[in-house]
Amino acid sequence: MDNIRESLLKQSAATRKDRFGRYISLAALLLIVVVVLSIFWFVASKGLATFFANKVNLWDFLTGTKWAPGQKDANGHPFVGAAPMIVGSFLVTLISALIATPFAIGTAVFMTEISPKRGAKILGPVTELLVGIPSVVYGFIGLSVIVPVMRHLFGGSGFGILAGAMVLFVMILPTVTSMTVDTLKSVPRHYRESSLALGATRWQMIYKVILRAATPGILTAVVFGMARAFGEALAVQMVVGNAALMPQNLTSPAATLTSVLTQGIGNTVMGSLENNALWSLALILLLMSLVFNSVIRAIAKKGAM
Amino acid sequence: MKRSWLISAAIVVVVGGLLALGYTTREKNGSVNITAVGSTALQPLVEAAGEDYAAKNMGVFVNVQGGGTGTGLAQVQQGAVDLGNSDMFAEEKDGIKANQLVDHKVAIVGIAPMLNKQANIKNLTQDQLIAIFTKKVTNWKQVGGADLPIVLVNRVSGSGTRATFEKWGLKGAESADAQEQDSSGMVRSIVSTTPGAVSYAAFAYLDKTVSVPTLNGVKADDDNVKDGKWPIWSYEHVYTKGKPTKDVQAFLDFIDSKHIQTTLVPQLGYIAIHDMEISRDVNGKITSEN
Amino acid sequence: MLNPKQADKIASAILYAIAGFVILILAALLGYILYQGVPHLSWHFLTAPATAFTAGGGIGIQLFNSLYLLVITMLISFPIALGAGIYLNEYANKKSRATALIRTAIEILSSLPSVVVGLFGFLLFVVQFKLGFSILSGAISLTFFNLPLLTRSVEESLRTIPDLQREAGAALGLSRWETVGHIILPAALPSIVTGVVLSAGRVFGEAAALIYTAGQSAPALDFTDWNPFNVSSPLNIMRPAETLAVHIWKVNSEGIMPDAAAVSAGSSAVLIIAVLLFNFFARYLSGVLFKRLTATK
Repeated sequence: MDNIRESLLKQSAATRKDRFGRYISLAALLLIVVVVLSIFWFVASKGLATFFANKVNLWDFLTGTKWAPGQKDANGHPFVGAAPMIVGSFLVTLISALIATPFAIGTAVFMTEISPKRGAKILGPVTELLVGIPSVVYGFIGLSVIVPVMRHLFGGSGFGILAGAMVLFVMILPTVTSMTVDTLKSVPRHYRESSLALGATRWQMIYKVILRAATPGILTAVVFGMARAFGEALAVQMVVGNAALMPQNLTSPAATLTSVLTQGIGNTVMGSLENNALWSLALILLLMSLVFNSVIRAIAKKGAM
Repeated sequence: MKRSWLISAAIVVVVGGLLALGYTTREKNGSVNITAVGSTALQPLVEAAGEDYAAKNMGVFVNVQGGGTGTGLAQVQQGAVDLGNSDMFAEEKDGIKANQLVDHKVAIVGIAPMLNKQANIKNLTQDQLIAIFTKKVTNWKQVGGADLPIVLVNRVSGSGTRATFEKWGLKGAESADAQEQDSSGMVRSIVSTTPGAVSYAAFAYLDKTVSVPTLNGVKADDDNVKDGKWPIWSYEHVYTKGKPTKDVQAFLDFIDSKHIQTTLVPQLGYIAIHDMEISRDVNGKITSEN
Repeated sequence: MLNPKQADKIASAILYAIAGFVILILAALLGYILYQGVPHLSWHFLTAPATAFTAGGGIGIQLFNSLYLLVITMLISFPIALGAGIYLNEYANKKSRATALIRTAIEILSSLPSVVVGLFGFLLFVVQFKLGFSILSGAISLTFFNLPLLTRSVEESLRTIPDLQREAGAALGLSRWETVGHIILPAALPSIVTGVVLSAGRVFGEAAALIYTAGQSAPALDFTDWNPFNVSSPLNIMRPAETLAVHIWKVNSEGIMPDAAAVSAGSSAVLIIAVLLFNFFARYLSGVLFKRLTATK
């Protein structure tokens, strides 16, 4: 009697194992959260020092157009205007995403709906391979192929936002494509079947059913691509020209947040204004991607309804 | 189920046993570790000297990393590393308390302007050079070259090469805002591929893909640096925090020795510190050595 | 107005054109790298140590370092990403604010420029924890950089498994954990492996995060000494290790050896070929695993 009672009241081995697994996986997740928080704290504490310890006006920082933290103007304020880099970063990211999105969606639709066999055999492995090319190599191809082409087409030195956007377009294409493929694949099969059964052509099915159903996922893929474009440093830095000037047009040398950050960080002294100002750029980078994320999240939510 | 448990347990035991065996049989050399961080330009020299030194002195290990002059000075000041490699005097860097650091000059680096070949320029006067870098002159034909717009390429601000070039090549004038790159190799490949581009680099990076003009008729070579005819050069410094320990001092002496100064230093494109006929302090005051 | 049939034809043609164009770009890119690099490859190049200022240096140590660092990074990051992915997809309440917040945090982490991750790793592990410039510091930093992507791909792979499978598991009286372990994971394995390969490719090619953590010097290794506690042993995780991608970066930016361009092109080609081989192996592995773990023939 007692034995039965005991085994009924006690947790089964499966329950214990389940709880164990749950805690383990939760611990893994929490570890990631701790990592994110510590990096946040790290960047924020350094980035905010520009405003608190060095007393730089936030508004001047965001709207100023001269970036030369080592120099001071007539009133003794350092030149820390980040506007050229903010504009530069936004432009390269948006342009590259604008070019990459139609190509990525087209390729992904081709791979999932039109020719899944060839898609899986050729395009799939190739896109995976491309992710593994180091950004330095992309940068060098940009330097030896894209910049001369730009120079030829538009004159000037060839370095600029457009060259940066072209390199980023190729870099984010595999990421956006393979994520879009995943999304399209997760659209349930019966959507396709029922729309075809209703007499829709393949294109009608793709356009009116599958792409609609996959919109939130595709948007996420694009954001991921944009995030990568935003954070990419080495490749962009080689072709964008790195002149901390307000971009006059798309083919004049410009700078992005990451290019200025990467180049300057080793040459400045930890704790000095020059260094803190660079960390403020990193902070902007973080905050801007936060904004991006929440905007797209809102769109995705709307699309899901 | 049982079997897989047994197998995993066996693997854990075997791996643990091997690790324990390795730990007990490891080489027990009371090793000396010297860590150097800083200027990427100086890294190859210190690294090569370090390998040579380690080969000659059992149990000494010299770990040399780049990271940039700013990183090197900041880390040596904090005491995180033993040696801080720098392209410039610590006094010239903001945020560094130079009086805590001891300077060890290990080599001289000559720096020269370099041009894209299409500019077609053989000689520049220093005034022309200043006019070019302050954008007072915007086409090569204004200084006797081809009809080609001038494209400025700078090193990133804070780099030792740029600081030296502006101080001695441009007589202290600030270069105008332009493209910036953070490494000599990148600058060279941009100059060699962009028509009308102009920049500057250490002698070691000058090759036949770019053209190097004479400055006021003086050729950019080691001999002209040694006797002071070529003005654009700087010391390569290794800083220690306070007086170096015995082990570190021994390594510094090794770099300063005739052996290294006559083999590695010239091989890597530097000028040996003992060959200089003049010396220059942080304020630019030049004194004759002999 | 086009009739639907014509529209379908035109759209198909456009899609073919786009896919063709993308293949063309990708093929040109790969072809360019291989064309530039393959002529420089030789057994000597693959095995010799690098030289600082003379021609004829190889990439042997860098190649080994890259592979070893990749293995260590995966050993650290895969279990964490797997756990986090499982929790997010199988246990977490998807509607809750906390889950959304965590997800955002992960996405933010993935958009951080890798140089920031590298500097964070430098200040925390190299300096604060006194791990020095070492494979361990590099692997932990790469883990930070790798986790978001890997977690996301694990989660995504789990999501594509239909709920029917979970319901079936529950109907058999399995606990959620057992369902995950015996049904969901095996079914999701091929796409998890693909995700791992994708992120391994990124890790393999990453340079900026390693410059300040694993270091940019490759001390000579003694390939006869496999005791991980010896300084010159290839397996020592406390030694500085310049990887192939860092080497390419260094050669391009500061290299003064006369054959710098050849070394850089050759290394890039090796990198691509290594990722390619890795890719094939992983595909093969995932196929074999899928057959063994499920009833599929």
